[in-house]
Amino acid sequence: MLKLDSREIIAKRIAKELKDGDVVNLGIGIPTLVSKYIGDKKVYLQTENGLLGMGPPPTEDEIDIDLIDAGKATVTIKQGASFFDSAFSFGMIRGNHIDIAVLGTLEVDRYGEIANWSVPNLPILGVGGAMDLVAGAKKVIVASTLFTKDGSPKLVESLTLDSSGERRVDQFVTEYASFTFQDGDIFIDDLYGDLSFEELKSRIGLPLKQK
Amino acid sequence: MEKLKNVEDLEPLFRDNLRLLVGGFGISGTPLTLLDAVAKFEAGNYEIVSNNLGDDGKGLHKVFEAGKIAKAIGSFFTINKEAVVAWSKGELAIDLLPQGTLAEAIRCGGAGIGGFYTPTAVGTRLAEGKEVREIDGVRYLFEKAIKGDIALIKASKADKAGNLVYHTTARNFNPLMATAAEVVIVEVDEIVEIGELSPEEIVTPHIYVDYVVESKYVKLGGAYVEIR
Repeated sequence: MLKLDSREIIAKRIAKELKDGDVVNLGIGIPTLVSKYIGDKKVYLQTENGLLGMGPPPTEDEIDIDLIDAGKATVTIKQGASFFDSAFSFGMIRGNHIDIAVLGTLEVDRYGEIANWSVPNLPILGVGGAMDLVAGAKKVIVASTLFTKDGSPKLVESLTLDSSGERRVDQFVTEYASFTFQDGDIFIDDLYGDLSFEELKSRIGLPLKQK
Repeated sequence: MEKLKNVEDLEPLFRDNLRLLVGGFGISGTPLTLLDAVAKFEAGNYEIVSNNLGDDGKGLHKVFEAGKIAKAIGSFFTINKEAVVAWSKGELAIDLLPQGTLAEAIRCGGAGIGGFYTPTAVGTRLAEGKEVREIDGVRYLFEKAIKGDIALIKASKADKAGNLVYHTTARNFNPLMATAAEVVIVEVDEIVEIGELSPEEIVTPHIYVDYVVESKYVKLGGAYVEIR
């Protein structure tokens, strides 16, 4: 249960970053949960397999297995939605027309460069749209629990896993705090979990600054 | 030219070592009937260009299990566990591309463009051995266009001339692949008379389509079921 709570805390915190009119792409995993907390805000959800204006999951009667999101879950459409092919969709992504991409991550370094596609010790034969979203969205927010199962921080001095691209992310939202990055300095811009600033600093083992 | 065909009649088009472009994202927009036939046809040793290698045992998964795939170029193969095993044993060659790079490479292939510079994947393992060029202060990676010998695609409706319309997110790579292969075979749910499709709704004009095959699958609730 603790794990589920952490995921919901992260999703809810990220939803605070969204504002009316934003075009948002939500990745698989915790990012997908963000849609539960959008509330009354008028945001346009884009999914890279070719839809702008994605709605909530379908009822049983509404299921159309052709109509899916990037995680291959069936979805619905909202009024004003549009469909397009994959080249057009990634043109929208790389061409800076997505306001916010929310992505999962495995590691974030102190500059905000991320590793989010190649899982350690597993043969990975998939990258999907992750690198395009990292390269092209106006703002990239990454969502993840702060520590791995064995307790080591995902915020690291330098990446040990394969990078997802040179572009640095704008914000890293965890269950304890939200981090931003500036020239190698890590800032905590919001602290809302069970750990104090000093406790976080000692568990992460990197210099942290408070905004 | 008569474009409407039974899939079995198309077997002579398939020779060993061809490069096949296969539409679909997961099962959505996948030409299941065409791929069932390709799995049974004599020829093999194909190079496949497709986002995935089948899903849930369907589509390209059957072609893979029939031992007909030598190499796959695409963005996400992890869900086909047998393919991952074959790759780790050196029995399957893989060329992994970011999904947007894959789509753009096919678009370029069909549009007479030799290649393109993309910011995606610069500084990553997927950029190894590829040219990086700085344009106006931004680093880009050069990617070559992709063309195929045969494209196997899925649309919702075709008219008898071969004009195509698509359904929801089943469009994905299909209209792109229709432009980028020597021979284009489309599987459709419905074939209508010329004039029944509005010119405003046609996404793929007929000139790109060589053969039209009626699908043997229908959607029933949450699954594709073979009916014919």
